[in-house]
Amino acid sequence: MKRIVFLFVCLFSLVAQKAHATLEILITEGLDTARPIAIVPFSYEGDGVMPLQLADIIKADLARSGKFNPGVKMPQQPTSEADVDYAQWVESGVEAIVIGRVKQTAFDQYHVHVKLLDVVRGQVTGGFGRTIEAGEQLETNDHILYEADVSVESRRFRYLAHHFSDNIFKSLTGIPGAFKTKIAYVLVDNEKESKPYQLVVADYDGYGEKVLLSSEEPLMSPSWSPDATKLAYVTFENRQAQIYIQDLYSSARQKIASFPGINGSPRWSPDGKKMALVLSKDGNPEIYVMDLITKRLRRITKNRNIDTEPSWSPDGKEIVFTSERGGKPQLYSVNLATRKVSRLTFTGEMNLGGSITPDGKDLVMVNRTRGNYHIGRLDLNSRALQVLTKTYLDESPSIAPNGTMIIYSTLHGQNQVLALVSLDGRFKARLPSGRGQVKAPAWSPMM
Amino acid sequence: MQPSKIVKALAIALPILTLAACGSTQDAEQQVEETNQAQQTEQVETPANVEVSKLEKEKELQMLERQKQQDMLRQNAVIRFEFDQARIGSEYFEILEAHASFLRDNPEAKVVVEGHTDERGTPEYNIALGERRAKAVVKYLQNLGVSASQISQVSYGEEKPENTSRTEAAFAANRRAVLVY
Repeated sequence: MKRIVFLFVCLFSLVAQKAHATLEILITEGLDTARPIAIVPFSYEGDGVMPLQLADIIKADLARSGKFNPGVKMPQQPTSEADVDYAQWVESGVEAIVIGRVKQTAFDQYHVHVKLLDVVRGQVTGGFGRTIEAGEQLETNDHILYEADVSVESRRFRYLAHHFSDNIFKSLTGIPGAFKTKIAYVLVDNEKESKPYQLVVADYDGYGEKVLLSSEEPLMSPSWSPDATKLAYVTFENRQAQIYIQDLYSSARQKIASFPGINGSPRWSPDGKKMALVLSKDGNPEIYVMDLITKRLRRITKNRNIDTEPSWSPDGKEIVFTSERGGKPQLYSVNLATRKVSRLTFTGEMNLGGSITPDGKDLVMVNRTRGNYHIGRLDLNSRALQVLTKTYLDESPSIAPNGTMIIYSTLHGQNQVLALVSLDGRFKARLPSGRGQVKAPAWSPMM
Repeated sequence: MQPSKIVKALAIALPILTLAACGSTQDAEQQVEETNQAQQTEQVETPANVEVSKLEKEKELQMLERQKQQDMLRQNAVIRFEFDQARIGSEYFEILEAHASFLRDNPEAKVVVEGHTDERGTPEYNIALGERRAKAVVKYLQNLGVSASQISQVSYGEEKPENTSRTEAAFAANRRAVLVY
């Protein structure tokens, strides 16, 4: 009998594992420099068990942000403010704690309460902060950095946890959180009987993955529309490269480019009205901008060498691109109004696939030095280049919409997997895939 | 089969075989001849039966030979390149000459030249590099007299590696142009 139970457990865990997302995040570097924070498990009052422990998701989000270490030892597990012993928490070294309660109010209706507490401030004021304003003493409760009361159904728990993470992150760093974002990527699963090339969209942490397109032929270069409702990508389904736009919610597809030769590297303009792309119809690969309403093309580069990988500056006034005009591929930018071209990179044998961070301060790219391809960051002001990664054959960097993290494709063992690196290079994580080759990640805009 | 019939069959088959081995113009003429003959046989009806069967046999032989030639070309349809290069090495001149000769002799034949790269560098840059390789082969074939209308090209960049083991040897194998009929 014991054996049967054991077998059952094994089977169950197998099933449970299958139900998990394909991508999971394995933090490989950077927890030691992160700020200690405690996410206390939320209490639950209601039928059965809590649909999902929100604290677990918040904990994972904050750990993956690279800025926090939520893996600290907790001196106590309070779920309401009255039970918090600030002195103990201060002693434990954390700077803030998150506490919360979940209460079922009706069938599949839950009331969630969450609080982010500054433990040092809490110890100083005893939870009763006061300030003097216009000669009057006011209660400030300034130890409460964030507080929320929400009513939701169970299927929204994951989303709600990411929403809390966004606000906790914003309260502690001043930077908007990007935990509700998604990533699009290409999965090549050669063990699949047919249509091994797949375009997939998942939550940023790999959950809720959905295959948007399966094809017998390669898929490349997914690019999000700024409103995050559409993806542009390259498909070879008609035995030539073509650019399609697919609506994520209606699944309607529109072919926007099918010229002789290359139709590649689509990138939506920040205002969503235009698409930068690469066409070789006029001889060799050149950058064009297509008006998405009139479909009219404007040629941006004219050079007999390769020009490719366009990417818009956040203000939409410039396009960064890769060009071989100086011999080896390096990054250049072209001002769309003046057509003035300037070279951006000089360090390393090659620099490719550049894109500017949302704040406009840095250029992220693939840098080749001594034959190694790594993700690099160039400070556009000081022109200093920092190589951020140590992984092998790094490519396709895509920046999170809050500018804190880069997702890219790399080789781990024999497999192409996705990996994360923070903009400062301190935090590194891998997203090991259960199957196939995972590549061409594209981080969505804020959703 | 009676000996006399074998001699008869050979007498017809042999000149056609040699014709097939010759240039493209004869090939086209020969096809016209064949259709003429076929029409004649229809007109004459029954007594021509023996000849009809012979004509079918001739056709078979000819196709078989072309198939063989195509198989041979298919086995030698890969041009490999140095890292980040699109220059065709002299060791491939003979192979490309064979393809060019086949395409010249068979103006109805079409070929797709696929350009591929290894997995180093970015996928989008590799699409451009793959096209450069495909174009180098297309240009070489055109210089050997192949009509542009017979050739099309597509670059798959690093998306369709021949060998996925990511060793230096695998990278070398993946840097290629492939002629696909």
